Order: sequence, then structure tokens, then C-alpha cells
Amino acid sequence: MPDQPPDPSNDEDLSKRLERLRSNLDGPEGMVAEAQRDEQLRAERAHSKAGIAQAFRLSSEFIAGVVVGGGIGYAIDKYFETSPWGLIIFLLLGFAAAVLNVLRASGMVAESEMSLKTVQDHQNRSDKQDPNA
Amino acid sequence: MIRADHFEEDEATVANDPISQFNISKLLQLDVGGYDISFTNSSLFMVATVAASAAFLIFTTSGRGLIPSRLQSISEMLYEFVAGLLRDSAGSEGMKFFPIVFSLFTFILVANLFGMFPYFFTITSHIIVTAALAFGVIGMVIIYGFYKNGLGFLKLFVPSGVPGVLIPVVVLIEVISFLSRPISLSVRLFANVLAGHITLKVFAGFVVSLSGLGLGGVIGAILPLAFAVALTGLEFLVAFLQAYVFAILTCMYINDAIHPSH
Repeated sequence: MPDQPPDPSNDEDLSKRLERLRSNLDGPEGMVAEAQRDEQLRAERAHSKAGIAQAFRLSSEFIAGVVVGGGIGYAIDKYFETSPWGLIIFLLLGFAAAVLNVLRASGMVAESEMSLKTVQDHQNRSDKQDPNA
Repeated sequence: MIRADHFEEDEATVANDPISQFNISKLLQLDVGGYDISFTNSSLFMVATVAASAAFLIFTTSGRGLIPSRLQSISEMLYEFVAGLLRDSAGSEGMKFFPIVFSLFTFILVANLFGMFPYFFTITSHIIVTAALAFGVIGMVIIYGFYKNGLGFLKLFVPSGVPGVLIPVVVLIEVISFLSRPISLSVRLFANVLAGHITLKVFAGFVVSLSGLGLGGVIGAILPLAFAVALTGLEFLVAFLQAYVFAILTCMYINDAIHPSH
């Protein structure tokens, strides 16, 4: 196929279509506005999807933190016979870790070592484009 | 009492309690070295999930059209969606993890969607399956993190700018926070799928039992029927979103392994 010379009539057709497209894009403001509206709608949809995904995260992040903290405390008590101090201390630490998890999941604390700026940058970037639409 | 006598019969038709849909039954008894590795209905649906997603991707991309057909563009959208997800969270360096993220996403998505078929077994409703996936991801992150950064990977647990006195406490909290990741990852997926399927079954059960009560019951059954229909829609959303959440969190953990400190 690439060896064949381009069909002149086809070429003419293409240029005509391109011209029409250009005039449509430049001419009536409606086209541009519509494209912008589309873009906005897509961004909104992406945002709401990310929002629901985040909502799913928050509760489980919190519960997991407390459970893991309590589990470690219980295990320490069992092996070192320090009952009940391991459970008390690690449950509290687990609670702190759970709060940290939730704050991280909601983007209010930077992910681990990353600065807050990179988190916000990342959010802005993912808001701008919706790879699924 | 009568129920118990006719249990076998019930099993053959439709069991009425909401839990029996999660029963594991052995299809092929296998026993190797004292370990029970029987081929169960769960294994069957895992194989079906892998086979269906692989067959779909191979079939739709076999044309390799420059202008994609409808099915091919579904595959391309799937690829671009996951690739965008990974590139956004872990940068282009993270793209070497694309195969595993893509496989995880498609596996969970297809498994969840398979679960939406009546009479089908939902593999993601068992915590052992989701926990295996989650611990696999975390194990990969830890191994790659140490391989790539050496002991520098431990910086993940020591945030900068913390006063020296507080470091032991903060490190403990960070370690617990890290350990809670696979738990939350697996419990979230399993709990959402399990709860959704039980709710759906309970509401559908109301329809059947109410409509057995005569005309008044049939009219009364309209409400739970409407709920069941709405919940089915919600379950499709959850099926997609849970796969999405699992994939995006995998990407974020991979990012931690690549850049433990910025």
C-alpha cells in the first residue's frame, strides 16, 4: 500500500475536507465553546470518579491502621508476656498511624517523603486529563 | 426442619441464604504431598477470568488496524487508561511495572464483572484471593525498593524535619502505617464485593419470599425489586472502582519503591 502513488482525486477530497474543518473550527464560536464544554465535562467526570475511589479508601485505611497496631501489640504481649502494655501502646500507635493513613489518603499530608507540592502537582495533573473518557 | 431434609435439593436449585453463593466446592480432588490442592469452583473461575481477558485482548488486537475497530479501541482504551494511571503516579520510570499493574487491573476487573453474572462464583469475594494479590504487590515493592535503593529504602520510614526525640515514635507509626497497606488493600476489595453480593441476594430474596404471599405480597415486592435493580447498577460501578482503586494504589506503592525520598 505505501508504494502506491496517492490518488489525486482522493487528495483533492482530503484538502477540501480539511478546509471545511478549519473553517468550522475558526468560524463559528460555537464549535470552540462546545469543545471547551466537552473538556470541562470530561474533567468533572474524572474528578467525581477519583472522588468515589477516594471515599472507598478512607474507611478501610483507618480500620487497617488500628487493626495492624492492635495485632502487633497483641503479638508482643503474647511473646514477651508484657500484657497489657504492648496492646495499650501499640493500639495507640496504630490509632496514630490510622489517622496518618486517612490524612494521606485525603491528600492533607504529603505521601511519605514527597513534599506537599508534588502531591498537589500530581492531583492537578490527574484532574486535567481523563485517560478513560 | 423440612429445609434441612431437602438441603441437597435446595443446593441443586437455588439456595436461599445469602452466604451459600460463596461456598467453595471441589470439582476435582487433588492431593499432593499432604497438601490439598483440589481444583475448586474458585480455581475454575480464576482460570476463566484469565482465559477470558487474555482471549479478549489477543482477539481484539490481532487485527492491528491503524484505524482501530470498536473492539480494538476497547483494548487500546484499557491500555492507555492503565498506562496513564501508572505514568501519573510513578513517572516514566515506573513503566517497567506496567505488565503487573495491567494484569492486576484486568484480573480484578474481569473477576468482579464475572461475579455479576447470576450463578457465577465471585473470586474476589474471598479474602485469601485479595490478600494474596495485595501481599504480592507489597512484597514486590519491598524487594524492588531494597534492590534499587539498598538500605536507603528505609528512609521511607523516617520523614525529614522531625525532631530527634520524636523519631522513634514517628518511625513506629510509619512502620505500622506501611504494614497496614496490604491489609487495607485486600480488605477493601474483599469487603466491598462480599457486602455488595450479600445485599443483592438479600433484596432479591425479599422479592421471592414476598411474592409467595399472594397479591399483597407481589405489590409489596415491587420496592425490593427496584432496590435490587438499583443495587445491580451500583455493583457494576463498584466492580470497576475497586479494580481502579487497587491499580492506583499499586502505582503509588511502586512510586514509593522507586523514589523512597524526594
